[in-house]
Amino acid sequence: MSKVEVNHLTKSFGSLKVLDDISFQVNDGDFLCIVGPTGCGKTTFLNSLVKLYDIDDGEILINGEEVDLNKHSIAYIMQEYSTMSWLTVKENIQFGMKVRKFSKEKLNRKTEEVLKMVGLEKFADYYPEQLSASMLQRVSIARAFAVEPDLLLMDEPYGQLDLELRFRLEDELIRIWQETKTTIVFITHNIEEAVYMSQRIMVLTNKPTKVKEDFVNPLPLPRNVTEEKFIEMRNKVTNLIKWW
Amino acid sequence: MKEKKLKYTLISTASVFCFLLIWYLIADVFKVFPSSTFPSPFKVATAFVRKLTVTTPDGGTLGKHLIASLKVVLLGYLLGIVIGVPLGILMGWYRRVDLIVKPLFDLIRPIPPVGWIPLMILWLGIGIQAKATVIFVSAVTPAIINAYTGIKQTNPVHIWVARTFGASNFETLLKVGIPSALPMIFAGLKVSLGASWMALVAAEMLASTEGLGYMIQMNRMVGKADNIMVGMITIGLVGALLTYILETLEKKLVKGGRNK
Ligand SMILES: Nc1ncnc2c1ncn2[C@@H]1O[C@H](COP(=O)(O)OP(=O)(O)OP(=O)(O)O)[C@@H](O)[C@H]1O
Ligand SMILES: [Mg+2]
Repeated sequence: MSKVEVNHLTKSFGSLKVLDDISFQVNDGDFLCIVGPTGCGKTTFLNSLVKLYDIDDGEILINGEEVDLNKHSIAYIMQEYSTMSWLTVKENIQFGMKVRKFSKEKLNRKTEEVLKMVGLEKFADYYPEQLSASMLQRVSIARAFAVEPDLLLMDEPYGQLDLELRFRLEDELIRIWQETKTTIVFITHNIEEAVYMSQRIMVLTNKPTKVKEDFVNPLPLPRNVTEEKFIEMRNKVTNLIKWW
Repeated sequence: MKEKKLKYTLISTASVFCFLLIWYLIADVFKVFPSSTFPSPFKVATAFVRKLTVTTPDGGTLGKHLIASLKVVLLGYLLGIVIGVPLGILMGWYRRVDLIVKPLFDLIRPIPPVGWIPLMILWLGIGIQAKATVIFVSAVTPAIINAYTGIKQTNPVHIWVARTFGASNFETLLKVGIPSALPMIFAGLKVSLGASWMALVAAEMLASTEGLGYMIQMNRMVGKADNIMVGMITIGLVGALLTYILETLEKKLVKGGRNK
């Protein structure tokens, strides 16, 4: 439901040029995983997309128009902790739905649904200070999924999670994507994760950042990480990166 | 948990008790100072009870003076925070308000509240308005500063979350700025209260015909140290009580921890 066009995007912080004339498209219904070296500007790109940063040059368009956070339904799971200390887990999760004026019935239904999905039903009335890092991350994930966005931006959302939960939420994200056809931009350092979930993978270079490779992940869903084809794909991406 | 609480209560009680004991020893046992200028705790307690009904030498019972003081202090204080907190919030959130108000505020702020008393007496006489205005000036400053700082310290990430979900600037202020500034705002309310109470006594000593400060001043003139101490202790007790009420309110309204 959302197509993103990035045209000649350029962004510097003072004399540090982070993004230099980058162009690409995220097609409607894409599940794009972006991998790239640390500090190459992935977060900067997402922050620019949702207008948290002013860009120096170029443009970012959603469905051919200037980004409008009231009109375009975007949810952004930030890399930093972003739960609000004065709200309970449940209230945190409802934050986006309340801003978007969900009906009471839908609000309650979605709250239950996402609480269960991230496994925090028992902690609904806890405050963030009582939660672990992984739980905080799950609250942010639930808060974003709850609003059923057309465009879902995720900045290393699963980095803090233990393996079991990570696998479960990876499958959950694939399911949501298949069911809703929402456009997903997913940033990760985990190559296996990128190959496992994505329908398209983009590899970035180090600063000044360029798009090194951008290709469709041909493996059919559901994927098996032990299959030969999967391993082949994983090695291909690993070789492309080799930023160490 | 319970045991710990009991322990703390015991320690606090013991410290008050020790204070009274030392006071008693200095005044009654070792008689370090003459008892007319340094009365013992018992003498002060007796004076306290007596002052509940006797109106000499200051023209009123303790209750009358207390009510007079409370009226002034609450009027000035409430006015101060009702104006100060929203003003601080708006200054913290909206740059334009900040630009307009801040220079004036920075100019007025260094003037100590009691420095306003002479002018207020000249303008408003020695009635309730003059004193309430002085207290207003004392209360409004910390209220503004804390609300302002609290809003300024809002975590930008939280503001971003609200913005990306499509919240307007005003909605972001209501849902993010104010709740996250609330602990600071409450700290300001407490500072304001302390400042108000202090300014009250100063104002009443200089310009009044009733109130606790006036009572203290009158008794100084006739050399009644016990009544002076009654006045001081009442000020202390009522101040502590008001702070306690504020803290209870804070516990009800400020939720969650302070970070994360
Ligand atoms: N607000 C800022 N002010 C100044 N420099 C910044 C700012 N944000 C990012 N940078 C710099 O821009 C570069 C890109 O940062 P960014 O956070 O976008 O990287 P990233 O690709 O998300 O890295 P990581 O994988 O570690 O999250 C870094 O060198 C960083 O130091
Ligand atoms: Mg990043």
